[in-house]
Amino acid sequence: MSALLAGPRPAARRVGAGTWTFPSRPRLVRWASVVGRLEGEGPLAAGFDEGGRGRRRGPPRGAAAAAAGGRRAARRALDGLKGGPPELHLGGDLLDQNTPTHFAARDLDIPAFGLFSACATLTAGLAEAALAVDGGFCRRVLVTVSSHHETAERQYRFPIEFGHQRPATAQWTATAAAAFVVAGAEEGGADGVAIASATPGRVIDYGISDPYDMGSAMAPAAADTIERHLRDTGRSPRDYDAIVTGDLAEVGSELLRILLGERGIELGDRHEDCGLLLYDRRRHDVHAGGSGAGQCAAVFAARHLPALRAGRLRRVLLVATGALLSPTTYRQGESIPAVAHAVAFESGAPEAG
Amino acid sequence: MAKADERERRRYLELRSRVAPRHPRLRNAARAFAVGGLICAAGEGVMTYFMRLGLSADQAALPTAALLVLFGSVLTGLGVYDRWVRYAGMGASLPITGFANAIVAPAMEFRREGWVMGVGARMFEVAGPVIVFGTLASVVVGLGWYLLAGPAR
Repeated sequence: MSALLAGPRPAARRVGAGTWTFPSRPRLVRWASVVGRLEGEGPLAAGFDEGGRGRRRGPPRGAAAAAAGGRRAARRALDGLKGGPPELHLGGDLLDQNTPTHFAARDLDIPAFGLFSACATLTAGLAEAALAVDGGFCRRVLVTVSSHHETAERQYRFPIEFGHQRPATAQWTATAAAAFVVAGAEEGGADGVAIASATPGRVIDYGISDPYDMGSAMAPAAADTIERHLRDTGRSPRDYDAIVTGDLAEVGSELLRILLGERGIELGDRHEDCGLLLYDRRRHDVHAGGSGAGQCAAVFAARHLPALRAGRLRRVLLVATGALLSPTTYRQGESIPAVAHAVAFESGAPEAG
Repeated sequence: MAKADERERRRYLELRSRVAPRHPRLRNAARAFAVGGLICAAGEGVMTYFMRLGLSADQAALPTAALLVLFGSVLTGLGVYDRWVRYAGMGASLPITGFANAIVAPAMEFRREGWVMGVGARMFEVAGPVIVFGTLASVVVGLGWYLLAGPAR
């Protein structure tokens, strides 16, 4: 017993006050994305594995429809994966009790944890998957994230066919899902996409209480996490090829730049926001931009991961942002707490030239 | 501080009001006027038709309202009416066709939860406040009228 207690301490895996590093460099070995009709008409259409299907009109969809995206993405990511299924499934979405995720998990037969960080669930899941793999608890972990426009509208706002005018700061919940398999370095190969570090976010509230302005509610959380990540790692935005935020959209992105500028951090041209990438905003009436847990997952899978695998991007910081509100809290006049978790990815592809 | 203090909150709200896009009030008002006007003109057309059939103005109002409700309901069922409101705001929400939309949309949405606890219980989720406060307002106005003008003779 005492010999066990006196055993060698593992290498330090935390830098600064709150950033985890993963010495074994877990790899993202598989990913797949599935999107709805509107999203499949956007500028990233070619990058999605499945998309553009679904009805233009018709009766409102039930809860089962919300589960379909995550399940299809998971099946695609797992299709042909050798060596048996992953040992753990971490997943989340936007609906009460994470039902879409659990309904999908019902068909997947993998031990599952439901996660909720609203639209920041993707990076929470990837960070925890890296933790489980780096810690030696799992060889492989499946991470799924999804959101579904119609069911989210029903839960958070109004019935889908009810007409109402949204303000210009409003965002459009995307119908999108993505699945990722995180595995040990031995499986991913030297040239895979590695999860290098992660900075879990603090819950931040700057007093925004307008559910039609979630970008403003989330920008301070993103600023806090980015600032802490850079301080912990001793890096600057220039050390990253891209700093990708989840879904701050137009207003939130501008506020993020201002907030970080006040703290002496210039994002410059390194920043892009998934909420401004998914839709063709001249054609799609999505106001300030897209949002939804599945959105940044699908955008990251369609746009950034292929570039990391090919080595066009060497190092990317993904900062998914979530507004932690419910219809009850905003009707009771509470402000909107928000959270942002950051995960840093590094390309293993050989340097060009 | 994870929860910003009062001063920080106020400063942030001010920052946000500088960054956030302005509500296009004039454009919205023009659209509401045009679409609301067209819906009301259609209503006038229907009412004139009923009066040509020999109904008095009072008698014609009821079938006119019923026909407009039918019109709003069918357009909601076809998935069109919410687009009108998104374009025209109150211009499409305020006429009785908009009221029909507010009843039919939740009825469609919650149909899956059953006829009783779905359609029956939740049909008035959106329009309920309009009915409650509409009734309340009519009581207040009626009471004011009574106090000013005395009992109806």
